[in-house]
Amino acid sequence: MALIEFEHVSKTFSHTGGAKLLGAHLRERLQPKKKRDVFFALKDVSFRVEPGQSMGVIGGNGAGKSTLLSLVAGLSLPNEGRVSVNGKVAALLQLGSGFHPDLTGRENVRLNASLLGLSRKRTEECFDAIVEFSGIGDFIEEPIRTYSSGMNMRLAFSVAIHVDPDILIIDEVLAVGDQDFQTKCYEKIRGFKRAGKTLLFVSHALQTVSELCDQALWLHHGEAMMLGTPDEVLTAYSSTSVTP
Amino acid sequence: MWNGDYGFLLSNLVKKDFKVRYRNMSLGILWSLLNPMVTMVALTYVFTKIFPNNEPRFPVFVLCGLVPFNFFSLAWNTGTSSLLENSSLIKRVPVPREIVPIATVLGNSIHLLIQIGLLLTFTLAYGCGVNRYWLWLPLIWGMEILFVCGLALISSAVNVYVRDTRYLVESANTLLFWIVPIFYSSDRVPLEYRELYNLNPVAALVQALRNILLQGIPPPNTLIAKLCASSVFMIVVGFLVFRRLKRGFYDYL
Repeated sequence: MALIEFEHVSKTFSHTGGAKLLGAHLRERLQPKKKRDVFFALKDVSFRVEPGQSMGVIGGNGAGKSTLLSLVAGLSLPNEGRVSVNGKVAALLQLGSGFHPDLTGRENVRLNASLLGLSRKRTEECFDAIVEFSGIGDFIEEPIRTYSSGMNMRLAFSVAIHVDPDILIIDEVLAVGDQDFQTKCYEKIRGFKRAGKTLLFVSHALQTVSELCDQALWLHHGEAMMLGTPDEVLTAYSSTSVTP
Repeated sequence: MWNGDYGFLLSNLVKKDFKVRYRNMSLGILWSLLNPMVTMVALTYVFTKIFPNNEPRFPVFVLCGLVPFNFFSLAWNTGTSSLLENSSLIKRVPVPREIVPIATVLGNSIHLLIQIGLLLTFTLAYGCGVNRYWLWLPLIWGMEILFVCGLALISSAVNVYVRDTRYLVESANTLLFWIVPIFYSSDRVPLEYRELYNLNPVAALVQALRNILLQGIPPPNTLIAKLCASSVFMIVVGFLVFRRLKRGFYDYL
């Protein structure tokens, strides 16, 4: 059984971002003939990721990479096709989502761990390891708003990796950390891969994709241009981006 | 999909609400006491000096109405906008969405607990002793919290699609201040409306509180039954409506 499987998945958004106010809803009802503008964030995308495999997703801005990750994380539902995900997912989609600036690092770690699905007992057990890995030190008792964006990311990554997911989703966030921390993260990610876990990875750093992933998916305006080994996809991607 | 620890998550979210609210206030929980006390003094002045009435111990009488109403309106208002305010959470973390409005309502319950302390202090200070009917209090307060949870589940979900919902809720709360027997007794409500009144859990709660705390008599069984029935009904409908509407949250937030 595949860990992640997409079958002819399409996801559309309306151009207005959906009616927001009562007046807009009424206008929409009153003018039903006017065809609603929709655009495809993803169009007929299919792939499967087997247990232990990792996949990198590449493509320009607005290619549908984040939409794809949100579908895997179970945050949104496809308009067409079928998405099936079997396993515990931890998603690092944005720096410290769920962190509250007025709470201390300690309080935020507990909150974030519970959001990602850790039990109270597991959180207590992992707490020291999380703080240790993040390298935050005494700042852990300070409110998050005093942190730099790098520190924020280090703490968020630290919590996510300790959730021990089957699938770890990373959306370009690692770029924020300094060299030392990046090295440490990649070390952890390699260990994670060696343990037979799956990584779903969006990055513009092509080098990292080819190093960490077993397959790569190239998206362009919501369509899958190519699915294959990282090397062949990256070669094709690089040659078209140079000559548009 | 998400199989984490509901209790742990809920307690963390409630603690977050509470800490964030009070960390930026130098007087802390005193602010929770100030608002009902100011309203109590104002209403007592108006309804004993300007429009005199014959309710004994009017400050306690009015507080029996204010405390449930304050909680109801505050919890419903903040619950309604809770999904929008936590949109970064909804869009980035696959937690069960129901937990967001419920945690917001429960966060207000800590506030409520402080105000109940105030109410009971005043009750004792005005010479109404403790009686065995006080045992009803946890049940009837619990029912009010359940009712607001149900209401907030519906209004917060609708508010994602139609952002004006918030203003409707605010107006409804203004209306409720007059419709709930806060500064008048429910005995003065014309008989033909009284059945309808008791279906409103806030009005039923106010009446039950006055029975228990001021008159020292048990609240009528039919009143308790209606309070429980309407609260359970609301929470069930709340979950059903929310389940239908939550599918589109990501696209509309």
